[in-house]
Amino acid sequence: MRSSSLARAVRLGVSSLLLHKLRSFLTTLGVLFGVASVIAMLAVGEGASAEAQDQIRRLGSRNVILRSVKPPQVGDEDAETRVLSYGLTRDDFERISETFPGIEQSVPVLQTPAEVRSGQLLCRPRVLCTPHLFQSVTRRDLFSGRFLTEQDEANRSLVCVLGYEVARFLFPFDTALGERVKVGEHYLEVVGVLYSRMPVGSVTLDPSSEAGGEVFLPLSTGRAYFGERQTQMRSGSMDIQEVQLHEIIVAAERDIDVPVVAAACRSMLKREHDEKDYEVIVPLELLARAEETKRIFNIVLGSIAGISLLVGGIGIMNVMLATVTERTREIGIRRALGAKRKHIVTQFLVETMVLSGAGGVVGVGVGLLIPWIVERTAELETIVEPAAPIFAFGISVLVGIVFGLYPAWRAANMDPVEALRHE
Amino acid sequence: MSDSTLASAKPQPAGGSAPSEPVAELSDITRMYRMGEEEVRALDGFSFTFRKGEYWAIMGSSGSGKSTLLNILGCVDRPSSGSYRVRGQEVAELDDDELSTFRGAELGFIFQSYNLIPQLDVLENILMPVMYQDEVPEGIEDRALELAKRVGLGERLHHRPMQLSGGQQQRVAIARSLINDPALILADEATGNLDSKTADEILELFDELHAEGKTILLVTHEAEVGRRAENILRLKDGNIETVERGAERTGAVADAQ
Ligand SMILES: Nc1ncnc2c1ncn2[C@@H]1O[C@H](COP(=O)(O)OP(=O)(O)OP(=O)(O)O)[C@@H](O)[C@H]1O
Ligand SMILES: [Mg+2]
Repeated sequence: MRSSSLARAVRLGVSSLLLHKLRSFLTTLGVLFGVASVIAMLAVGEGASAEAQDQIRRLGSRNVILRSVKPPQVGDEDAETRVLSYGLTRDDFERISETFPGIEQSVPVLQTPAEVRSGQLLCRPRVLCTPHLFQSVTRRDLFSGRFLTEQDEANRSLVCVLGYEVARFLFPFDTALGERVKVGEHYLEVVGVLYSRMPVGSVTLDPSSEAGGEVFLPLSTGRAYFGERQTQMRSGSMDIQEVQLHEIIVAAERDIDVPVVAAACRSMLKREHDEKDYEVIVPLELLARAEETKRIFNIVLGSIAGISLLVGGIGIMNVMLATVTERTREIGIRRALGAKRKHIVTQFLVETMVLSGAGGVVGVGVGLLIPWIVERTAELETIVEPAAPIFAFGISVLVGIVFGLYPAWRAANMDPVEALRHE
Repeated sequence: MSDSTLASAKPQPAGGSAPSEPVAELSDITRMYRMGEEEVRALDGFSFTFRKGEYWAIMGSSGSGKSTLLNILGCVDRPSSGSYRVRGQEVAELDDDELSTFRGAELGFIFQSYNLIPQLDVLENILMPVMYQDEVPEGIEDRALELAKRVGLGERLHHRPMQLSGGQQQRVAIARSLINDPALILADEATGNLDSKTADEILELFDELHAEGKTILLVTHEAEVGRRAENILRLKDGNIETVERGAERTGAVADAQ
């Protein structure tokens, strides 16, 4: 009788609620929004932290990245040819590698603005001149061939490793290995292809555009053949920049060393550079920022969820108290005909739970819709964990229990004689 | 609970040669209501025994304590003092849950305003008392169907109370009061809301039940209704005024048969 009596109680609850459709619907709104906010909150929070994890994975959690930044132009001299010299220096690199404690490795990167060609095909990837350590420090995987080696570095070999997109772009039908590509004015042999990993903030994957794709060559080769002057034609005038190093990737020995290393780098750079012609990127700090975003989202949506659920719960309790009063007579009849207190409690509790559960079901639907919309309009990544809707629905049922108990208790403790006399 | 009484009619020995077994024994029942300083004794030292198969009309002026008596008999109210035994069970010894189960198993209620549950259909209303019992007897649905047919509602099993006339609703209530084959059928002004023709039909049903050996206590204001009962108990100020047994009112009894 147990399970069938519960099914009957639910059926009865539904039919009682359907007697007042509009009232029942309005009553469920609070829970509906509460549940929807819970799901949306979890989805956005998860998305933010997944994105942060992803960035960390991309940059290496133990890495501190120093990058040259073109300082704001002083004055606006319209000189035909003007050499602008700024950014990280070889001395910076030496200081970091030699004197800092807690550092495992540091890798310098020089970037050259050369075009890369193969036959008719031309693209403008980031051409990065870097020693062999780069691969292990940035933890990048090889697609085929090999990465640059110490010999390449020592011999200033004319070899290069292509990023996956660049390889696909220049050699759409063939393996790129063993082929020659023309970087700037020099021919280099392709010795490997590296899986791509987009730099932070960059979205494009198209190697024909300036930011897309990467090509790696030995740092020594880069210095010998391309130099540290980067010449670019910009709107008719020659723009010459001199940057010794574009990036220094510093890998700390352990995660806990990262803040110390970052602080040491910052203070050293501040001391050595007159201008702020560099930036320090700490993936761990990015994570902290993402966690902060997640936290703010949680607070905002969590409050909305909490308030909605509270207001919704109170609304449900209010309606159920009215229902109990309205149905005093029915309670009296049931009691006279053999219903125990617990039967009355069950009846009204089930009714409240059906009410809040219905709000919960619709709330789950709305809650799944919100992340979908957020993802499309705000370009925020969202992740709906499978447990989230179940969790949120569970909350709605819990609200039903918490706010249904008092009305049900009131109903069960009515005096049957009084209840029967009630008009 | 047995189904036998429904099928096999037990004619009551006329003239009360050998008194049948007691169903409801009340001794020195007092029910007090406290209204601030004042004390109202709705029942005041009431003692009486209702026996199996008897059909009583309980009469008396308004405020004489009829409803109070019926509530106590129906175990929805407890006396302030005194002892009440149903089928030998002292009611005061039962706790709230036991009392609820007892009501559902041993008593049948019929009210003036029918008191059906609006969201349930005829069949579900008839089954209501059984649904709260810990064990649902085998074939109870068939019995409910049989009772619905018996009170003339075989064609309206899935109507809601709102879709029925007053007389029909009261028939449903009567069927409901019979579903558990009660020891005692308690009716408070059962015909009070009905026109005389419909009331007559209901009273005929009571007559049939009486003929089958059911114990019926019927509270009424109307002398007409009272006359059709086997016996009349008159109350005044919470106690017995007169007791008229069928033997003394042969005319009325003959009328009823
Ligand atoms: N809940 C209550 N509180 C206070 N007094 C009550 C209560 N219920 C009944 N009484 C009093 O008890 C007395 C008997 O009431 P009861 O309802 O039994 O009368 P009755 O015989 O059924 O009257 P009627 O024919 O009008 O229905 C009345 O004086 C009434 O005022
Ligand atoms: Mg009364």
